[in-house]
Amino acid sequence: MRKSVPLLGGTLAVTLSLALTACGSGTDSKSSAPSGSYDKNATVGVGSLYEPQNLDNTGGGGQGVTEALNGNVYEGLFRLTDTGEVEKQLAKDYTVSPDGLTYTFTLRDGVTFHSGKKLTSADVKYSIEKVTAENSQSARKSSFDMIKSIATPDPATVEVTLSSKSISFVYNLSYVWIVNSEAKDLKTSEDGSGPYKLDKWTRGSALSLERYAGYWGTPATNEKVVFHYYKDATALNNALLTNAVDVVTSEQSPDALDQFKSNPAYKVNDGKSTTKLLLAFNDKVKPFDNVKVRKAVSSAIDNKKLLQSVWGDHGTLIGSMVPPTDPWYEDLTQVNPYDVTLAKKQLADAGYAKGFDFTLDTPNYDPHPTAATFIKSELAKVGINVKINIITPDEWYTKVYKNHDFSATLQEHVNDRDIVWYGDPDFYWGYDDKQVSEWVKQAEQSDTTDEQTALLKKVNNQIAQDAASDWLYLYPQIVVASTKLSGYPLNGLNSQFYAYGIKKS
Amino acid sequence: MVDIPASVDRSSSLMISYLLRRLAFLAGSLFLAGVVIFLLLRLLPGDPANSLLSVGATPEQIAAARHEIGSDRPLPEQFVTWLGQLATFDLGNSFISSLPVGPEITSRLDVTVPLTLLSFLLAVVIAVPVGFVAARRSATWYGTLINGISQLGIAVPVFWIGMILITVFALRLGVLPAGGFPQDGWALPGEALTSLALPVITVALVMSASLVRYVRSAALDVLGSDYLRTARALGSSFNRAMWRHGMRNGAVPVVSVLGIELATTLLGAVVVETVFALPGLGSLLAQAVAQHDYPTVQGVLFVSTFAVLVIGFLSDVAQRLIDPRLRGRLSGGAR
Repeated sequence: MRKSVPLLGGTLAVTLSLALTACGSGTDSKSSAPSGSYDKNATVGVGSLYEPQNLDNTGGGGQGVTEALNGNVYEGLFRLTDTGEVEKQLAKDYTVSPDGLTYTFTLRDGVTFHSGKKLTSADVKYSIEKVTAENSQSARKSSFDMIKSIATPDPATVEVTLSSKSISFVYNLSYVWIVNSEAKDLKTSEDGSGPYKLDKWTRGSALSLERYAGYWGTPATNEKVVFHYYKDATALNNALLTNAVDVVTSEQSPDALDQFKSNPAYKVNDGKSTTKLLLAFNDKVKPFDNVKVRKAVSSAIDNKKLLQSVWGDHGTLIGSMVPPTDPWYEDLTQVNPYDVTLAKKQLADAGYAKGFDFTLDTPNYDPHPTAATFIKSELAKVGINVKINIITPDEWYTKVYKNHDFSATLQEHVNDRDIVWYGDPDFYWGYDDKQVSEWVKQAEQSDTTDEQTALLKKVNNQIAQDAASDWLYLYPQIVVASTKLSGYPLNGLNSQFYAYGIKKS
Repeated sequence: MVDIPASVDRSSSLMISYLLRRLAFLAGSLFLAGVVIFLLLRLLPGDPANSLLSVGATPEQIAAARHEIGSDRPLPEQFVTWLGQLATFDLGNSFISSLPVGPEITSRLDVTVPLTLLSFLLAVVIAVPVGFVAARRSATWYGTLINGISQLGIAVPVFWIGMILITVFALRLGVLPAGGFPQDGWALPGEALTSLALPVITVALVMSASLVRYVRSAALDVLGSDYLRTARALGSSFNRAMWRHGMRNGAVPVVSVLGIELATTLLGAVVVETVFALPGLGSLLAQAVAQHDYPTVQGVLFVSTFAVLVIGFLSDVAQRLIDPRLRGRLSGGAR
């Protein structure tokens, strides 16, 4: 069982003033397959390993519900494009007061929910409050702690007052689904405003969407989309090979890629991912409270070789928490280079010339066990003895995330813009640097994105210098599709999968 | 059929009293199973609330989630609630999806029950004649071959057979789907049957491998028995003697094994369901266990325990219909 960990950029920022382009669907990066003529009434089969738990993203729907419904069935005031830009969606326009504390949104005209009801400001207020409600299970909840009040002066206007400035407020709003405030049973049905409405969800098997005739924007380029769910990557690949599905949202089985690469009926797309594999130290306990020890461990592990052995020629080395798609990215792979001699020297300086023992809490699903074995053999070369402790995702959550009862752990961190967690000393890895916390806080209260970017770059450099964690590599994002398809999203940012631009010939 | 009338009466009353005792035993087992299922699950480490939340959740959110699903309430209270629900045929709501468990199980049974029964029938159709031939011709080369293949069949893992069948029939020949089940289910009987074809063959092959051995050994016993020799000596043809006396005697141990095989397949289908991406009971159980979704696990285990107990009941009753000598005994069959 796979449990991904979306590390949420609670207090993050966005390049909003620059990136807010005119709205419209279909401005995503498209696959390079030739479009030409296509079947407007096609049914597109999408294969995925992530079935929704239920259909409510504030009620524990999980990664699968984002993939299937985000942007397809539900829309936000803003949307995050496949290339990571924020666009206006249900918001026609908005203004920010000079003190940066009041946001006034004007809603788009002519938007109806799938039930036929017209979108009003009351629905927007309801939808935001659904995320911030006490019983909300949304992991985005804490991103909205600074909301003081939401007013609806007229049906087309929403006024949100914040208690402190938040440059990432608009970015965060792209995660809030606008739901009909009168809708019932949102765990098994839906009432959104997107280009598709829910046709049928057969739990354990498939979820189908069909084009919504009353859509306000550009209609979807296909009639029906069926998400087929698999528990096993091989079964999923077989489905693609037998045309039971047309596209696989995220290939997780690197060994299977060759059979598609060598087959002209398929296209293997290398998109950009935001998922990072971390060797996270507990920076508060010995020996990892010592910067030199963390740097030594980082330098003793050949990340390139690890990446190669897990993903072959796919994936990227990062050297810090920031993927190249985040605005504050810098290549920091040389801050703690792979250098065994250096590692030994740093260990000696730290007083561990003879090495030490530690336990590595390792989630029981791939690639963690593989990485753990690799790390064990690398660290043995500098005298460090690793005891691998395999744990379930559930144990990880209790032992590591909640109780901070660990020395070091492996974990994949899915989301973009999640560097800000290094500003929170209470976070599970316990990195505590007053200056970094201050920079993160200031970045969120920036007036401009340049200011924000500059501050987060400082954060990025500092955590790399301190080897706050060892950022092993950035996952590849591989979409494999039939060559009959074009217009599918390549990057699958934060697990989204916009299907409305997919053309099938 | 060869009994004299007076013993028919006695035999029938024995059968009725047997049925009553056996039903009481069934009900008692079911209750006991319910208690054990409930308690064992709670002994597992971990908290279902963890499956609901991801990294980024605050301690308040975790507490709220626990309260919402009720996993923070005392065990006896949770148990009484569950018993109360069971009494009204309500299996409760899933911790994870918060959707009712009952309909979920029913929809999974749409896949698992046909899969189990069809595999079972196919296995019987294959194993009975093959096992019989293996016994009757045990000295020939093909008798030995059958024996060897069936031993091999027991050793080979079920997923491997599934993968071979997928490679041949789905990927190479393209005649059958590699997996999945139609979204509209049995509304499209043709499609539903096609999608079950490879899984059914997979399970049936594995099941018949072990069944062949039981049928063979039962048939060997019968073939070497005194009554068969006596019947032949009295002038019956081999076929007639086998049909009148052999089948009936040989069937008793086979029926008891059939019952066990059927029950095993019902839950053991999880591997096949994963390989063939079928939304069945086994895959629901596997997922629910991983997520600590107690109500779903309880529901699945309870329903399947019930099914297994009923199968055991039917198999015991069938044995007593076949062999009246067993009717005085509460459990077990011949041998």
